Amino acid sequence: MSVGILMLVHTAFDRAEQIARHWVKYGCPVVIHVDLNVKSKTCKKFENALVDLDNVQFCKRHRCEWGAWGLVAASQSAAELMLAEYPDVKHVYLSSGSCLPLRPVEELKDYLKARPQTDFIESATTADVPWTVGGLDNERFTLHFPFSWRKQRFLFDRWVDIQRMLKIKRKLPPGIVPHMGSQWWCLTRQTLSVILQNPERAFFDKYFKRVWIPDESYFQTLVRVYSKNIESRSLTLSKFDFQGKPHIFYDDHLQLLRRSDCFVARKIWPRANRLYDGFLRDPDGAIKMSEPNPAKIDRIFAKAVERRTKGRTGLYMQSRFPNDGWENGMTFGRYSVFHGFSELFEDFEPWLYKATGAQVHGHLFAPESAEFTEGQKVINGALSASPKNRDYNSIAFLTNLIWNTRGERQCFQVGPCDEGAPVWFFAKDPNAQVSVISGAWALPLFKANQNFADIRKEAARLQKLENKQLWALRSPYAKARVRIWTMAEFIEAPMEPLQMIIDEIGAGAANRLAEAPRMTDLSGFGQFLQNLKNQGMHPYLMGDFPVETPEQRQKMPQRKPYLVQK
Amino acid sequence: MGVLQSYRLRVRRRTRLVRAIRKRRELHSIADRTKRIKPNDLLLFSTQRNEQVRLPFFLQYYREKGVSHFLIVDNDSSDGSMEYLAEQPDVSVWHTRHSYKKSKYGVDWLNWLQLRYAHGHWCMVVDPDEFFIYPFCDTRPITALTDWLDASSIRSFSAMLLDMYPRGPITDHPYREGQNPFDIACWFDAGNYTMTKNPDYGNLWIQGGPRSRVFFPENPEMAPALNKIPLVKWNRQYAYASSTHMLLPRGLNQVYDEWGGEKASGLLLHAKFLDTFTAKAEEELERHQHYSASAEYQAYAKRLRDNPELWCKWSEKYINWRQLEILGLMSKGNWA
Repeated sequence: MSVGILMLVHTAFDRAEQIARHWVKYGCPVVIHVDLNVKSKTCKKFENALVDLDNVQFCKRHRCEWGAWGLVAASQSAAELMLAEYPDVKHVYLSSGSCLPLRPVEELKDYLKARPQTDFIESATTADVPWTVGGLDNERFTLHFPFSWRKQRFLFDRWVDIQRMLKIKRKLPPGIVPHMGSQWWCLTRQTLSVILQNPERAFFDKYFKRVWIPDESYFQTLVRVYSKNIESRSLTLSKFDFQGKPHIFYDDHLQLLRRSDCFVARKIWPRANRLYDGFLRDPDGAIKMSEPNPAKIDRIFAKAVERRTKGRTGLYMQSRFPNDGWENGMTFGRYSVFHGFSELFEDFEPWLYKATGAQVHGHLFAPESAEFTEGQKVINGALSASPKNRDYNSIAFLTNLIWNTRGERQCFQVGPCDEGAPVWFFAKDPNAQVSVISGAWALPLFKANQNFADIRKEAARLQKLENKQLWALRSPYAKARVRIWTMAEFIEAPMEPLQMIIDEIGAGAANRLAEAPRMTDLSGFGQFLQNLKNQGMHPYLMGDFPVETPEQRQKMPQRKPYLVQK
Repeated sequence: MGVLQSYRLRVRRRTRLVRAIRKRRELHSIADRTKRIKPNDLLLFSTQRNEQVRLPFFLQYYREKGVSHFLIVDNDSSDGSMEYLAEQPDVSVWHTRHSYKKSKYGVDWLNWLQLRYAHGHWCMVVDPDEFFIYPFCDTRPITALTDWLDASSIRSFSAMLLDMYPRGPITDHPYREGQNPFDIACWFDAGNYTMTKNPDYGNLWIQGGPRSRVFFPENPEMAPALNKIPLVKWNRQYAYASSTHMLLPRGLNQVYDEWGGEKASGLLLHAKFLDTFTAKAEEELERHQHYSASAEYQAYAKRLRDNPELWCKWSEKYINWRQLEILGLMSKGNWA
C-alpha cells in the first residue's frame, strides 16, 4: 500500500462508486468526502453502495462552494482520516468524483515509489502567472472576501471596490509567500502531516478562510514552507478554459487521453461510457514507466480557448458579430482594388490575371450586376451577382467574397459609377490595397460619341462621385494601402507603379514585368478635356493634360507595346 | 438600454405569456404522457400539420440525439399523423383546429406548453423539417452539449437555419417515409449570408441562402429570417417573441460574441426543399396562414411553377459538421 486516494464527490455518484471500486481493487485505500449540499438521503444511498468495501471510508462533510473555504476543509478532513487510518500510505492523491484514472494503478504506484520524497503539486507565485479569472491575482491574498462570488456577485464586486478605495489590506502571515496552482495534488505523508499537524495550523487556517479561492492556494502556499522536494506540476490532467471552468472529456477524446500518458484526467462527462469502460479495465500489456505528456491535449484546449476569445479573422456569422474595431481584421486576407485601370488599359483584367494569377473581377459594384470573373452569375459560396442582393448589404457581400475565396487573392475594379461600393469600408481595411488613377472615368466618355451636352452632364456627375470616393481614401481613418495617381502623372511612366503594385501582390516570383497592358489611344483626349472646360465643366481629377495639336502628335514616337528586359 | 425600453420589453414579454395562457383553451390533449418526464430530461416542442411522411425520421433522429420526450401540437392534420404521434411512447400530443396565424404561427401554443412543462428543462423548439446539427454531433448527444452549457452558465444556443436542396428540379427525387431527407437534399449555400443587429431585441437578423438567391433576387429584404435560437434552458418567465427567431428576456438573444471571439453555435438543417414542397406551397398559399400575407409562399409558388433549380455550380455538398464548422457556418467556440 503506497498511495491513498482522497475523493471529493458532489454529483454523479454512480461514476464515483465505479472509480472508488477501481482504486480499491488495485490496492489503494479511498477516503471520500461528500459535499454537505448533497441530500443526506442521496449520500446514505451512496455510502450503502460502497459498504462492501473495507478500504473505503467517508470523512466529515463540509459545505463546498467554488471559491470558498469548504473545499480546503474537505481536503483536510479527508487527508487527516487517511493518514490516521492507513499508516502504510506514503503518498496521498487528491482527486474528485469526476476524475478518471487513465493508466493502470500499478504504474502510478511504481512511479510514486520511485520518487518517495517528491510532492507533486502545481505551485507558482502569483506575480509570475496570468491564470487568474476576474482580474484578481495578488489581491486574492490581501483583500477580505466574505461574500460568495457565485451567489452574491454584486456584493462581492462592490466589497472589492470599497476595499480598494479605502486601501484596506490584510497582513500576510509571516513566513509565507503566496503561491497558486491546480487544486489536484499528490503529497507525501511527511509533507501532508506537517501541514495538518503543525501548531500554527489554526493561525494559517484563519487567514486562508478569507482568501479568495483558497483551494488553489492553501496547500500550494504551505507546501513551499515545509516540503523539501516539490515537482511543480499536477499528476492530474486538468485544463481550464478562459472563464476558469474545467474542460470536459468525452468519448471522442479516448485516443487522445490514451496517448497523453497522464495518470488521472479531470473532468470526465458522467455519461462518457466509452471512456469509463475503456480505462477502468484490467491492465493489458507491460507496465510502462513513461512520463505524462499532455502536450497534445494542451494544444487542443488552447486552440479552443483562442477560437472562443479571438475567433476567425474576417468571419461574420451567427455567433461571431464583432463590434466596430473588434474584428481582429475586418476581412480574411489581402485583396486589391483598382480604380481607373480598366478604363486606361484596354486589356487590364486579363493582363493582371496573367501577371499575378489572382482572381480578377470586373466592377464588382457595377449598378447593373456584379461583374464576377469570367462573367459568372454566382461565385464561391454561392454568392449571387444580383445587384439588389449585393446592395442590400454591400459590406457583407465583400467580406463574404473574401472569406469564401480563402487562399486565392481577389482583385476587382471600382469606379465612380459604382455608387454602392463600400469605399469607406475598404479604405479602413488594412487588408485592402487600393490603387487609383484619378480622372480615368473621362476616357469612356471621350470615346462615347454622344451629344456633348449629355457628356458634359455625365462628366460633372462622375467627377463629383469620384471626388467623394477619393475623399474617403485620403481620410485620416484610411488604413488601406492607398496609392493615388492623377491620370497625367500615371501615363508618363506607367510601368513603375504597375511593377510596384504587382510586387506587392507578390505572386511568388519577383519577376520584372515582361509585358505591359495595352494603353488605350489617348490622341485627342487633351482637346476633349479642353472642350469640357470650354463648356464650363472643369475636369481637375486627371491632372494637367496639354492640348495637343496634330503636328505635336506626329512628333511623338510610337509607344512600344513591349518592354525589353535589360 | 434605458429604463423605459426595459419596461416596454417586460410588458411585451408579459403580454406574450398572457396570450399563451389564454390560448391554452385551443389545445385539446390527445395523448398526455407528460407524467413520464423526469427532471433533467431534454424536451422537444413542435407544431405539425400533415407531416406524416416526415415524422418517422424526425422522431428517430431526435431520439438518437438524446431527446427524452416530444410535446407536439397537431394543427388539424388529415393524413393520420396525429394518430401516429399518439401511438408513440415518448410523445404527448395536443390537437387544435384554430388558426395557426392567430396563434402567432404556433408560438402561443408552444409558449403555453413550455410554460407548463419545460420549466427547468433544456428544450428544443423545431419544426418537423428542421434537424439540429451542433459541434461533435457525430460522437456526443445533445445532453453532452446541454451539460456543458450548464457548466458554462449559458442559457441559450444559436442554430442558424441552413436550407438544404437537391441537385436538379426538386420534383425529380421523391421522398419516402423514414428516409434521411439529406440523402436527397444534400446541397447548401456556404457563404452568402448577411446579418444585422436588431436593436430592440439584441438578436442578429440573418438572411441569405438559396431562398434569397433564387426566390428573392429583386427584393432581398423580403427573404425569410434564418437566425434561430432553438435550444434554451427554459424558465417559466421566458417567451419566444417571434417564431424561434428571438426570445424575451432579450439577454437570451445574446448568442453571438461582439468582441471578436466566437461562441459555440450549431445549425438547423432545413429539409424544406423536397418534392413535398410544391404541394405544400400551393396549399399554404390558399390557407393564408403564414407570415406577412404568405409573401414567402407567393414568391415560391410563382417560381415553383417553372420548376426552378436551386443547385448551382458553387453549391456545397454536405459531409459532416466539421465541414460546416470550417466553412464558418457554425462554431465550436471553446467546446473541445
